[in-house]
Amino acid sequence: MGNLITREKWQTIKSRYSIYLVLIVMIVACNLLNENFLSSRNIANISAQISVTTILAFGETLLIIGGLLDLSCGSVLALAGVMSVYIYKETGSLPVAFGVGLLFGVACNYINGILVWTFTIPAFIATLAMMTVARGVALLFTRGQNIYQISDYVWFGQGQIGFVPIPVIFMVIVGILTWYILGHTSFGRSLYAVGGNEEAARASGINIGRIKIGAYLINGAFVGLAGILMMSRTNVGAPNSGQGYEFEALTAAIIGGTSFSGGLGTAGGTLAGAFIVGFLNNIMNLTGVDSYLQQVIKGAIIALAVGYDMWAKMNRTKKTLGAARIPNEPKEAKK
Amino acid sequence: MTRTTLLEVKNIGKSFPGVRALDDVCFSVREGSVHVLCGENGAGKSTLMKIINGLYQPDSGETFIRGQKVTIDSPIKAGELGISMIFQELNYTPEMTIEESLFVGRWPKKRFGQIDWKTIRTRTLELLQQENLAYDPETKLKDLSISNLQMLEILKAISRDADIIIMDEPTSSITNKEIEILFEKINDLRSRGKAIVYISHKMDEIFRIADDISILRDGRVVETRPKEQFDIDSVIALMVGRALDHGYPKEEVPRGDIVLEVENFSGPTGFDNISFNARKGEIVGFAGLVGAGRSEVMRALFGLDEHWHGSVKVHGVPVKIRSVQDSIKNGVVMLSEDRRRYGIVQVRDVKENVTLASMGEFFHGGRLHGAKERNRVEEICAKINVKMASIDVQVSTLSGGNQQKVVLSKWMLRNPDILILDEPTRGIDVGAKVEIYKLMTALVKEGKSIIVVSSELPELIGMCDRMYVMAGGRITGELARPDFSQETIMRYAMNMLKRAS
Repeated sequence: MGNLITREKWQTIKSRYSIYLVLIVMIVACNLLNENFLSSRNIANISAQISVTTILAFGETLLIIGGLLDLSCGSVLALAGVMSVYIYKETGSLPVAFGVGLLFGVACNYINGILVWTFTIPAFIATLAMMTVARGVALLFTRGQNIYQISDYVWFGQGQIGFVPIPVIFMVIVGILTWYILGHTSFGRSLYAVGGNEEAARASGINIGRIKIGAYLINGAFVGLAGILMMSRTNVGAPNSGQGYEFEALTAAIIGGTSFSGGLGTAGGTLAGAFIVGFLNNIMNLTGVDSYLQQVIKGAIIALAVGYDMWAKMNRTKKTLGAARIPNEPKEAKK
Repeated sequence: MTRTTLLEVKNIGKSFPGVRALDDVCFSVREGSVHVLCGENGAGKSTLMKIINGLYQPDSGETFIRGQKVTIDSPIKAGELGISMIFQELNYTPEMTIEESLFVGRWPKKRFGQIDWKTIRTRTLELLQQENLAYDPETKLKDLSISNLQMLEILKAISRDADIIIMDEPTSSITNKEIEILFEKINDLRSRGKAIVYISHKMDEIFRIADDISILRDGRVVETRPKEQFDIDSVIALMVGRALDHGYPKEEVPRGDIVLEVENFSGPTGFDNISFNARKGEIVGFAGLVGAGRSEVMRALFGLDEHWHGSVKVHGVPVKIRSVQDSIKNGVVMLSEDRRRYGIVQVRDVKENVTLASMGEFFHGGRLHGAKERNRVEEICAKINVKMASIDVQVSTLSGGNQQKVVLSKWMLRNPDILILDEPTRGIDVGAKVEIYKLMTALVKEGKSIIVVSSELPELIGMCDRMYVMAGGRITGELARPDFSQETIMRYAMNMLKRAS
C-alpha cells in the first residue's frame, strides 16, 4: 500500500508540475544563451509583450475546461478596443472608456453563450461566426480607419507602477481571478465537472446552461480588457488588430496543460505556458533566429507539448490502474 | 438422417475481474437447424457468442468447426471460418448505400486499385434476386428500418458464404409483422442447410423457431434438449431455477407513511400510465426484462428525461419535476445504471466527485471551505468504505465497485429521503455487492426509502419488501415479499400471466 501511495503521488506530482519544470529549464537555458535574458528590464518587457495574449489565454482556459472554446477573441478584442477608444475620445473619461470596453467584450460573449447553449451550436462554429461578425462590426464602425491621438488612454498599456508595467499588473490580476474562480468557487468546480462529463454534471443537479454562459461572460470581460490594453499599448484604436490572437491564446493554454477534452487545466499552467511561448519568442529574437523558422519551431513545440501530454496520460492510466487494482481486488474477494 | 455438427464448443470457461462469466460450457449446432440459446440477463449468452465470434478469448476450452479444432482470435477469423454474427444493436454507417455496405471491407478491386462498382452492382442485384428482396442497391442505410437493416446483415452473411449465423435477440426492436418476415427467412436458411444460433428470452418465439433449446444460467449450460422435450414452464423454471442465495443482509424495518406517490406517469421515452408508491423504511423493487421501461421511468422521475403527464407527490405534497435540481431539492436522488456516463467525472478526483451535488454546503458566498470539505468527504467515504489511496486520486483509477461507492457517497452527502438505485450492482464484484446491500439495509433503518431497479432477480427477491414488475413500458404486476417467486416474476415480466393461469 505504501508503494502504491508514493507511486500515485509521484504520478500526480509529475503530471501536475512538469510544466513548471519545463519553464525553469527554459529560463536556465535562455540565460546561458544570452546573459541579458534575466535582466529585470528584459523580463518586464517580455511580461508586457505577452500580457494581452495571456489575458485571452486565461479566458480560453476557463472555456476549454468547460468543454467550450472561443475563436472570436481576436476580433472581439478589436471591437471592444476601438469602441473603448472611441468613447474615450468622445467623453474624455478613462473609467467610462474602460467600462465600455469590458461591456462590448461581455456582450459579444453573451451572444456566444446563447448560441452555444440555447441554440446548441457547437462552440467552434458559433465563435467562428462571432469572429467574422465582430471584426466586420469593428471595421464598419471605424470605416476601416485607425483612431489616432488617443492621448491619456495610453496609460492603460504604457503606464508603470514602480518598474512594473500596468498591463502586467492587469495580467496578474486576471490570473489570480482565474485561479480563484477555478479552485475556490462552486462555479469553478461546476465548470470542471461540466467539461469533464456534462451528463454526470447534469445528473448531479448542476445547471449546465448557467455554467456555460457564465464562462463566456467571464471570458468576455477578459477579452474586453485585452482589447483596451492592446489599443493603449499600440497608441492606436485599430479595427484590424488582434488577428490570429485566438491561436496565440489557445497555444498558451494548451502548452500549459489545459486538456482539449475538457475538465482539466489550471491558471498557473496557462501562465507558465504563456511565459514559455514568450521566452521562446524572446530568445529566438535575441539569438537572431530567422522569423519564418520561428513559426516552424513554435508549431513543432505545440505538437510536442500536446503529444507528450497525451502519451504521459496514457502511461499514467495504465500504471495507476495496474497499481490500484492489485491491492484492491484480493481484499474485496475475501469478504 | 444425421446432420453434421457445424460448430461445437467444449468446456469453455471465461472470467472477468470478480465474475465467472462462463463455466465449463458445451454447446453445438448442426447444419440445417436452429439452436435457441436462452437465459436471463447476465446468464452469459452474450459472452459465449462473443467468444464464438472471436471478440473475447476464452480462458479454457476448445472450439471445433466441422470437427476441426480451430482458434478464433478475431471477428475476421470468425468470418473466414464461416461464422457471421448479427448483433442486437446494429452498428452501421448511415450514409452508406446498400451495395457499399454489403461488400464493405472486401470491395472487389480493378487493376489499379479502384473499386469495381460494376461488379458490386451485378453481385448485389444477383444476391437481392436470389434472396427475393426488392431493395434498391442505391438506398442509403439511414433510410432503412431496423428490420430491413437486419435483413441486410443476413444478406451480408449469405454473401460471405457463412454457414453459421448467430442472431442476438433479433426481434427486440422490430414489429410483429417484421418478425414474421424474419422467421420466414430463418426457415428458408434452415432448409438450405445453414446452422443458426438464435438468442432470445421470448417464449413464444423460442418455441416457434427452435429445433433445439439450450438454457444458460449463471454461466453454465443447465440443459440442452430438442424443443419437443420442453414446455414453457420447464424453460422458465430452468432459466431462473438457481437455489436462492441466503446471503442477503436483509432486515425487516417497520414501515411508515407513504413518502413517494407516482400516478399515471407517462413519457416519450417509452413508459405509460405508471402508478406506484414507496413508504418510509421500505425497499421497493422494479423487476422486468431489459427494455421493459424501468430505467426510463426512473430517469423521468429524477428529471433527466421529460415526461408528458402524471402526478408525483413527495411526503404527500405534489411536486413538479422539470430538472434534476427539482428532484434533488425534494430529497430524491438517483444512482444511474450507466455509471460512466451519468455517475462520475472520470478526470476529476474523488473529493470533487463526492461534493458535486452538495456544493452549497462547502461554498459560502462562492468561497470554498477546504478543510470542512476534506473532513466531510473523508468521513462519508470511510462510512461507505471506498478503497482508495486518498481523496485526491482521479476517479478513473478506481475499480468499478469503488467508483460506484463514490457515486453513492455523493448522494449520501445530500442525506436524501428517497434513493432510486438503477442497477446498483451491475459490473461490480461480489464483495462490493454485499457492501452495497448492507448499505441499503442501513439506510432504510435510518428511515429512508429505496427504489431499486435490477435485472438480477435474486437480488430483488433478497432485498425488497415489495416489488413491481414491468413489461413493455407498463406495470404488469405488484408483489408483496411473501409472494416473491422467480417463476411468478418472470411470468409478469414476460406479461404471460393470463396465458399461464
